[in-house]
Amino acid sequence: MTLTDQRPAPSEQRSSITAGRLGRPRHVAVVAGAVVLGVVTWLPTGSVNWARWIIVTLVAYCVGIYVASRIVEGRRQALDRLMLAVVTSCFLIVVFPLVSLVWTVAERGSNRFDTIFFTETMRGVVGEGGGAYHAIIGTLIVTGLATLMSVPFGLFTAIYLAEYGHGTKLAKAIQSMVDVMTGIPSIVAGLFAYALFELLFGPGTRSGIAGAVALTVLMTPVVVRSAEEMLRLVPDELREAAYALGVPKWKVIVKIVIPTAIAGIITGVVLAIARVIGETAPLLVTVGLAQGVNWNPFDGRMTTLPVFTYYQYVQPGLPPEAGQDRAWAAAFTLVIIVMVLFSIARILSTVLKPKGLK
Amino acid sequence: MTMFDQQAAIRSTGEELPDMTNRLDTPTDTGAMVSPTARPTGPDNRIVVENLNIYYSEFLAVQDVNMVIEPRSVTALIGPSGCGKSTFIRSLNRMHEVIDGAHVKGSVYVDGEDLYGPGVDPVAVRRKVGMVFQRPNPFPTMSIAENVLAGKRLNSKRIAKTDAEDLVEASLRGANLWNEVKDRLDRPGSSLSGGQQQRLCIARAIAVEPEILLMDEPCSALDPISTLAIEQLMNELKSSYTIVIVTHNMQQAGRVSDRTAFFSIDGTGMPGHVIEMDDTDVMFSNPKQQATIDYVTGRFG
Repeated sequence: MTLTDQRPAPSEQRSSITAGRLGRPRHVAVVAGAVVLGVVTWLPTGSVNWARWIIVTLVAYCVGIYVASRIVEGRRQALDRLMLAVVTSCFLIVVFPLVSLVWTVAERGSNRFDTIFFTETMRGVVGEGGGAYHAIIGTLIVTGLATLMSVPFGLFTAIYLAEYGHGTKLAKAIQSMVDVMTGIPSIVAGLFAYALFELLFGPGTRSGIAGAVALTVLMTPVVVRSAEEMLRLVPDELREAAYALGVPKWKVIVKIVIPTAIAGIITGVVLAIARVIGETAPLLVTVGLAQGVNWNPFDGRMTTLPVFTYYQYVQPGLPPEAGQDRAWAAAFTLVIIVMVLFSIARILSTVLKPKGLK
Repeated sequence: MTMFDQQAAIRSTGEELPDMTNRLDTPTDTGAMVSPTARPTGPDNRIVVENLNIYYSEFLAVQDVNMVIEPRSVTALIGPSGCGKSTFIRSLNRMHEVIDGAHVKGSVYVDGEDLYGPGVDPVAVRRKVGMVFQRPNPFPTMSIAENVLAGKRLNSKRIAKTDAEDLVEASLRGANLWNEVKDRLDRPGSSLSGGQQQRLCIARAIAVEPEILLMDEPCSALDPISTLAIEQLMNELKSSYTIVIVTHNMQQAGRVSDRTAFFSIDGTGMPGHVIEMDDTDVMFSNPKQQATIDYVTGRFG
């Protein structure tokens, strides 16, 4: 006897489990209706408005799918479809500006995305030509110094919080201070660093290191939070296994806990760098602007990409298009640097991720 | 798998290897057996526990344990969940205190030295008293060989390459794992199956040459075949080590141990305590306490 023989014959009425499904054709009809409704909103003004079209379409789709599903499928499925539609719509609404932003920066930035831009400075340039070589160097030096300072501070604080101070009053106090610090407006960090260096080295001091200190203030709490989370994710069983072998605590942390969490820690550090590399306000007050390359972060002004972008846009020179093009190219360069950083972090975390750890 | 199936499976696999069950008849006469990891027998490593009370902060978890654990034998700790077996075994190598607020009162003597005496370094205690945990926990960042060497390497002892290779082989042979992994020693430890991982953890524990080996439910996450491998291993290891094992499986306690201690608890929130301790065959055939009879015959709770 085969399996099919045992199957009950399909009854004449529609089966209860296939009844009332919306089905693909009706779903497509709802989508098409929403799109057309969006197009109709162009008619009164006669001009194409993409943003309004997208929003009207998404809202119409949410309403349409709910009503259609409510009629055909019933309350539970209708609510399910409505929620899915709302979540997807929110995602699309967030993604469109992002794509548009990257596209605009790439499009306008490509006007001056040439060799001269990456090899020359602004020394002696008033009109066309000139480049952001000095600004790229400045950004790399200032951000690099900030990273060198904030990673040890941040990582050691995180180790204290996750491994030693757990549950103590001091740890709780540090944790809430770190939370407060993540919310500090960047200009406050800049003014702090400016005031600090003015006290130490006299009024009007501008230097790369002052900017690095300002960025460190912004970066450290981000590093602390992410590294602490990553250390906490390391299973206690691994710590216990190491303790049971007679390994001292500091060595358990250095040789077992940190290597296990290293992929996440690196990702956190890169996120923190990405957070500060585009900071303009604190660098404006602490580092200032220079026309040429300054390799020495301890002496004199430097230019960084965000500040360069700002000045090229507000003081573009003559003709103004030349300065504006340089500003867009600098912004594009910044976006590319951040993307490269993320790619490096992604590669590093895949390479360093412990095999087999779920 | 139900409890019954599991027990039946273990029983049936046990019957295929009669030599293992026979060993129970000659509990301490294992001098003729030569284990690959056998080391010169030094002090007798008898563990004497006196008036041990174990706390989590203010909560008394285990009350007033007095116990003598014989050297070079297997001692099983049985009892219902939450009765403090694991807490007790963790206090034998000062692993208990790695939990915030956990502490003990009383004494644990090994070779006449009190592990909780003043000036005792818990790290030194743990080098002497190794431990294998319930869930296999090989270090995910290390290869199989590095896992075995972890104890030595992390204790900052530089070891020559040939010595390291010898130690890896001896420890893995000691844990009955060498033949399965000898061709892939540089693969990550977590690439092994659960049973192999647990034997890797045993190899890692015996590589630091402890005198005492504590096992906290080492087989509870393993299938019957892997369980059998580890039980055989315990029988071999007891010629060189004093072994204490916590188990929920009374058949297992019966198969592997020479002495058995029964822990119990009067109610939730009450401290656990030792009801009875005796030779394993006495505990399972003719125990003195009614509570023990109820537990080993399955009438308990």
